[in-house]
Amino acid sequence: MTATVQTPGRAATPPPRPLDRRRLLVDAALTALVVLALSFALVGFKIEDVPGGLDLLLRFDDVVVAAALAFLVRLGVDLLGAGRPLPVLATSLALAGALAGLLVAEQGQTEPGALTRWLPFGAVVVDWLVVMIALGFAARAAADLWRRRATVAPVATEASTIAATLRVATRVLGPLLLGVAVTLPFLPEVDRRILDIAILVVTYVMLGWGLNIVVGLAGLLDLGYVAFYAVGAYSYALLAQSFGFGFWTCLPFAGIMAGFAGILLGFPVLRLRGDYLAIVTLGFGEIVRVVLLNWYQFTGGPDGISGIPRPTFFGLELTRTASGGGETFHGFFGLTYSPTDRIIYLYYIVLALALLTNAFTMRIRKLPIGRAWEALREDEIACRSLGINPRNTKLTAFSIGAMFGGFGGAFFATRQGFISPESFTFIESAIILAIVVLGGMGSQIGVVFAAVLLIGLPEIFRDLQQYRMLAFGGAMVVIMLWRPRGLLARRRPTIHLPPEGAGR
Amino acid sequence: MGYFLQQLVNGVTLGMIYGLIAIGYTMVYGIIGMINFAHGEIFMIGAFVSLIGFMLLGLAGVTWVPAMLLIVLVATMALTAVYGWALERVAYRPLRNSPRLAALITAIGMSIFLQNYVQLLQGARVKPLQPVVSGGFAFLADGDFTVNLSYLQLIIIVVTFALMVGFTYLITRTAFGRAQRACQQDLGMAALVGVNVNHTIAFTFVIGASLASVAGLMFLLNYGVIDFYIGFLAGIKAFTAAVLGGIGSLPGAMLGGLLIGLIEAFWSAYFTVEYKDVAAFSILVLVLIFRPTGLLGKPDVEKV
Repeated sequence: MTATVQTPGRAATPPPRPLDRRRLLVDAALTALVVLALSFALVGFKIEDVPGGLDLLLRFDDVVVAAALAFLVRLGVDLLGAGRPLPVLATSLALAGALAGLLVAEQGQTEPGALTRWLPFGAVVVDWLVVMIALGFAARAAADLWRRRATVAPVATEASTIAATLRVATRVLGPLLLGVAVTLPFLPEVDRRILDIAILVVTYVMLGWGLNIVVGLAGLLDLGYVAFYAVGAYSYALLAQSFGFGFWTCLPFAGIMAGFAGILLGFPVLRLRGDYLAIVTLGFGEIVRVVLLNWYQFTGGPDGISGIPRPTFFGLELTRTASGGGETFHGFFGLTYSPTDRIIYLYYIVLALALLTNAFTMRIRKLPIGRAWEALREDEIACRSLGINPRNTKLTAFSIGAMFGGFGGAFFATRQGFISPESFTFIESAIILAIVVLGGMGSQIGVVFAAVLLIGLPEIFRDLQQYRMLAFGGAMVVIMLWRPRGLLARRRPTIHLPPEGAGR
Repeated sequence: MGYFLQQLVNGVTLGMIYGLIAIGYTMVYGIIGMINFAHGEIFMIGAFVSLIGFMLLGLAGVTWVPAMLLIVLVATMALTAVYGWALERVAYRPLRNSPRLAALITAIGMSIFLQNYVQLLQGARVKPLQPVVSGGFAFLADGDFTVNLSYLQLIIIVVTFALMVGFTYLITRTAFGRAQRACQQDLGMAALVGVNVNHTIAFTFVIGASLASVAGLMFLLNYGVIDFYIGFLAGIKAFTAAVLGGIGSLPGAMLGGLLIGLIEAFWSAYFTVEYKDVAAFSILVLVLIFRPTGLLGKPDVEKV
């Protein structure tokens, strides 16, 4: 195997072709027209609540600006495609510079809004987005220019270069990431907020690894993973509430219950093909949520369950004062009490759970059952003819994935102390699936990257709350368009015949 | 008996709406084999565009109801169709030869994006609309219970039928219909014999979106309130309808929509209204287990 990955494909820089100015303009005008039609109704008019009914607010300036920007973007794309990076570089740099200058000046103004009418959009975030896009164009154009200067044309496309670098780096990166993860609570500059975000990210990493068994290894598209998450959470909450069991007693139960739920749900539906399976699991996810919402006597309905006990450390409570004759963690070890202790403890619990999931997956991949999953993913008919029972094999993957979802759910319940059906909507399933697919199906480290990207980044930019989900949806689309096989696509079977590189 | 008939009327009206959305799902699935997850959002956008249309007409002083309905219908179909086209162009066409999961993820991403786009632009509050069409006639008296068929329900049923007739004509008699059916059978083969596959697929999305926008308009008229979240549940149920009827089959989509509408109406009337969504999904699961090809679908032969 060669050291560098070389992909044949498009040449580094398209050679300059004679420019068809008319076509260029027509293309750009058509794009602007489409954007005009798209934004005419929904952007142009805002339905306002006024006393006694609704009123319409006009925003046609935004429509016009959006269409003009669409014109420029299309023109830029076409020019780059025709091998004319210079005008694109100049225009986009000028635009970005002017806009950024205005934005910075606007922030410095004592009287807010003095410069607003010179900005393309009222919302500052959207303006910054325009700056980003302009900078992106500038970077692309500059790269094209640089490549033309370079005598040796690089063959690899940028996307695959990144992936190759990452893949090589994975060997170093894995242990490094693990080291950072283990020491995170004791690193400088790490406060409670960062720890909270870290807990959230690791929870999603764990769920992603759990779902990776189902989607990445066995190739079963599960859009209702949140159902098992909910089963785990409610199992723990109800067991704790009715029988007073603690977290560690309930954790295995929560996993087993979720696993059983997986078998129960999987049994009738697993003979369906890909897309159908996706929609049926989605349906099941919704059914579980609706049942939780309406079975008031058992689950508390929309009120949820509160007062879920926190986890203890071998019976020691991580609170200021112990309840009911117990002993506290800081009292037992003679430490001074700090409220972050509990957060750190929660962080280590979820980290351990996640690493357990990872270790389990890595090991089971090498067992016959893991090989059967991967084989089933590649070709079901071939598997059948080789004597693998597809239904049972799929069922094990489904229920084991569900079990890890259940562990995750129990952890969620103990972290929040309160659960309600609100937390288990379809969007959660979509997020977890997006993490698996964006990371590159079957890639364990890809899940970590995707979780940090999709969960961590938006959490850090919490101020932009209202744009969070918009950006999330947009990112899903953009990443998939950029790398349809995921950030770190690796869908090679773990066993080869003959070995790779033999005879070369 | 009167109660039963009333539910039948309500169920048929609801079913028409689901059926119109389901056609979009089934056409897209038939031609490129993917679940267009964002189709429900297209329906929601149609509802919002119609609401804005009604309000504009109200401000302009147009009060004659047939004119209002016609103008809003045409405008909504046109503007929403652009969304269908743009969706295909931006999110699906670049991924046509990629793994199927990739397109599904972009579809889910688009669905999230469009939902939040509308929420940001129009606000999260529920938007009410004053009843545009009121009145109706009672056509059967059963003791002290009269069965009402409102003019609105009549309009929904008539418009849907008219659209169905036009749509059937389009698919069975025109050049586009021929190209569309050819692409459904085999994209590569259709391209070889000179069908412009890109145009055909784009036009399929345009038609699906405009039918869904009509469903959005009817939903708005029927329920009187909309918000940015209506697309999700309606979309899932319409997909259920498409699967129930046999995905890829156009009459099947309409039939499935009707059945889902009836099941929902009767379940709400005779059992519990809280579990009506569970009923719809359970039907989906049962159908897929016992008749995976749906009621009117052709069996899917797996070739090795």
